[in-house]
Amino acid sequence: MTRVKGAAHQDLAHDSAVKHVSGAAEYTDDIPEPVGTLHAYLGLSDVAHGRIAAMDLTAVRAAPGVVGVLTAEDIPGANDISPTGSGDDPVFPEKTVEFHGQPLFAVVATSRDAARRAAAQARIEIEPLPHALDPLAAIEAGYPEVTAPLTLQRGAVEDGMAAAPHRIRGRMVIGGQDHMYLEGHIAFAHPGEDEDVVVYSSSQHPSEAQHMVAHVLGVPSHSVVVNVRRMGGGFGGKETQMNLFAAVAAMAAKKWNRPVKIRPDRDQDMVATGKRHDFVADYAVGYDDNGRIQAVDGIFAARCGFSADLSGPVTDRALFHADNAYFYPHVRLTSRPMKTNTVSNTAFRGFGGPQGVIVAERMIEEIAYALGRDPLEIRKANFYRDGGDVTPYHQVVEDNILERIVGELENSADYQARRKAVIAANAKGDIIRRGIALTPVKFGISFTATWYNQAGALVHVYNDGSIMLNHGGTEMGQGLNIKVAQVVADAFQVDIDRIKITRTTTEKVPNTSATAASSGTDLNGMAALDACEQIKSRLVEFACETRGVEPGQVEFLPGRLRIGDEEIGFDALIKQAYMARVHLSAAGFYKTPKIHWDREEGKGRPFYYFAYGAACAEVAVDTLTGEYRVERVDILHDVGKSLNPVIDRGQVEGGFIQGMGWLTTEELWWDEAGRLRTHAPSTYKIPLASDRPRVFNVALADWSQNAERTIKRSKAVGEPPFMLGISVFEALSMAVASVADYRECPRLDAPATPERVLMAIERLKGTA
Amino acid sequence: MSQIHVTATINGDETEFLCDPTETLLDVLRDHLDLTGSKEGCGSGDCGACSIILDGRLVCSCLVLAAEAEGRSVETIEGMAEGDKLHPLQEKFIEHAALQCGICTPGILVAAKNLLERNPNPSEEEVRYWLAGNLCRCTGYDKIIRAVMDTAAEMRGAA
Ligand code: FES
Ligand code: FES
Repeated sequence: MTRVKGAAHQDLAHDSAVKHVSGAAEYTDDIPEPVGTLHAYLGLSDVAHGRIAAMDLTAVRAAPGVVGVLTAEDIPGANDISPTGSGDDPVFPEKTVEFHGQPLFAVVATSRDAARRAAAQARIEIEPLPHALDPLAAIEAGYPEVTAPLTLQRGAVEDGMAAAPHRIRGRMVIGGQDHMYLEGHIAFAHPGEDEDVVVYSSSQHPSEAQHMVAHVLGVPSHSVVVNVRRMGGGFGGKETQMNLFAAVAAMAAKKWNRPVKIRPDRDQDMVATGKRHDFVADYAVGYDDNGRIQAVDGIFAARCGFSADLSGPVTDRALFHADNAYFYPHVRLTSRPMKTNTVSNTAFRGFGGPQGVIVAERMIEEIAYALGRDPLEIRKANFYRDGGDVTPYHQVVEDNILERIVGELENSADYQARRKAVIAANAKGDIIRRGIALTPVKFGISFTATWYNQAGALVHVYNDGSIMLNHGGTEMGQGLNIKVAQVVADAFQVDIDRIKITRTTTEKVPNTSATAASSGTDLNGMAALDACEQIKSRLVEFACETRGVEPGQVEFLPGRLRIGDEEIGFDALIKQAYMARVHLSAAGFYKTPKIHWDREEGKGRPFYYFAYGAACAEVAVDTLTGEYRVERVDILHDVGKSLNPVIDRGQVEGGFIQGMGWLTTEELWWDEAGRLRTHAPSTYKIPLASDRPRVFNVALADWSQNAERTIKRSKAVGEPPFMLGISVFEALSMAVASVADYRECPRLDAPATPERVLMAIERLKGTA
Repeated sequence: MSQIHVTATINGDETEFLCDPTETLLDVLRDHLDLTGSKEGCGSGDCGACSIILDGRLVCSCLVLAAEAEGRSVETIEGMAEGDKLHPLQEKFIEHAALQCGICTPGILVAAKNLLERNPNPSEEEVRYWLAGNLCRCTGYDKIIRAVMDTAAEMRGAA
């Protein structure tokens, strides 16, 4: 054997691919239900803000099949599941309802259908209070911030602004986004002896779910086990939002001593669980005649919902990315994480970053239209560069590959010629207008909560030479398990087939971080490698002792080892090592080096490194209806030295399409009463197969290597490509601008639904 | 509520089950017959995760009452492979990495199979619009479309 199957940097199918295509992959809802399993369902508030005057659940209790109900009074431990310990996130509120759709109680019945029907029987009296639904209304009403705001500052923004030859001020409204994971929330709790409970759930953060369940039950964490085999999509939506379901299932399981499953339907899932934050950004930018930015002043107000949840780090990350790829000599960025009477917004791929990046791109657009230049020229003029490489948070950009990545894409996508053709076509004044845009992304990798940047893994080598791999990350389709298994195959130089990847469980690896911030492979891959290295060094020691050689004479070759002049199969050596009582199991650990962050000062190195990418999109817009289609997209994206190119390309494509959906068709719409009216795929439109760009060329920058010593020099890939979707938004903007001869920035708000596009066209025509 | 006795052919096997008059075929498949390959993504006919073939027609099993299956033929993802031998579409989905979390995959495969049975030589446009009833939140669809096109070409070659 010359090369092991499934080592690092090879294309390899998802480890569950055969099960996926045959329908045999087990998701939480597919786990066989033991006889006697009960089903829970939530009862929700139908008022956005108010005092609970009376809760009459008599009819609920009396409904067919009902075993009982759970309210705030039935919570044995703490009635709080706030992930940051802010104490503002009750399982069920006791006195005040804070959003339309807030869970108020759970009903437990013999079937899901019975529980669901019973929940509708509740008579709840709520005395309404005034409500504020969006950040501007909240500011006006004097609502508090859900968490402390952040300011990032460098240089002297007032002086810089005053000295700039030109200044523009504007406002951009940026919509939120529902995760629309195809598998909704679910938790399935099995009671055990004493205080024990085992919860199967679809959670990106099993450790947190474990701690929350323990907290709510009032038992130590060691009594609770959380298991996650796989999720049907997560995207951040199952980082904290699963905690409520896990807690309810566990409470019910302990109370009635029966297995209890809770799975909301799609509408309830969308109404009752958090989403991507909407933002209103007010920006001022000062620039010179060449379009070089001199100063930026921005305020980012976010719709956080009723509680803090993860809004602090999300709004922080929006500021961390409000520079995108550009150097701001003088800058001040401030967040306003506003409390609103809406569901508490949460993590979503990019974690606030996209909302920052799109504002940077808006400012570029403003400058380009004001100066009558191609936005790409303005982008390039402002890229981070030598002498201009310090971010608003005082981290130096050390691994900049913007010029190369954008330059290569500009050529491969034939941007210049196509832009000329688009302008020529639009000059004919037809109803269909075209637009083209090339946008870059630079995205910081690491959790900004520094302590989150740690991971554990557990590797066993059994005495038949087979290997069990476990780590703290969760599999939600991103291919984390296969990538970590490739690291292990590489380390031991064995075929990947002999490695069994097991479900994530709090029993095997404790105190894990959420699988989030694109960090899954970076952290868990390193932890697994650490475990492998420990076992390998014991094997080397054993080989040296028994053969009388030096460690340098022991080499792991594909499927075998060379020990001095001898070659021995991996299995045979493992058997010998076992007989000689060598410990063949290890717990690995990793923490990201170099990073530090002082939030008070707004200074530090929050990110270990940056990932880069660029996309070029061309669209055609019908100026009579505002409808559009994406004709062509070219992408060049940086994943460092890819561990598994085919899996990484999938992340790039999927991220791009999801980003495009955020900015085009996906509209969250609340009515005045605070009811979310787009609460199912019938009204909330994610991209379809028919929306995929007509021509879609996706490439990885195969020359790239991580400048830092990450796992096999790869880079994180989950979030960065999401922002490539901004190219579509900017292309739409150009098509719209064409109706006024590109003299005015269309100032499209997001999402640019056909309706919004049409309104912008009408507005610009009025001024044309 | 008295239960209804239903006899249907499911993946080629004559199958009997009892169901409530209000139960959907999806619930019966998943909860009574242990055929959990069909998934519930929305329960309202908007996502395609529950796609099955009923008497040769592609339908959302969440919108079909179980009692309606009486005397009819039902094909689900579980019947797609012949024993250990995967259907060419299944093989191509693996080869093209046309799946990520995999939860949309059964529905998409069932829909794609039905398309190729009707039209062995679809254009890419036809594939994209045929699959527009099946949501996928992970892949961005490109690899799915390529896998279907590639399967169609190969099956035509083999025929
Ligand atoms: S579950 Fe049937 S279409 Fe969504
Ligand atoms: S692979 Fe996850 S929804 Fe399609």
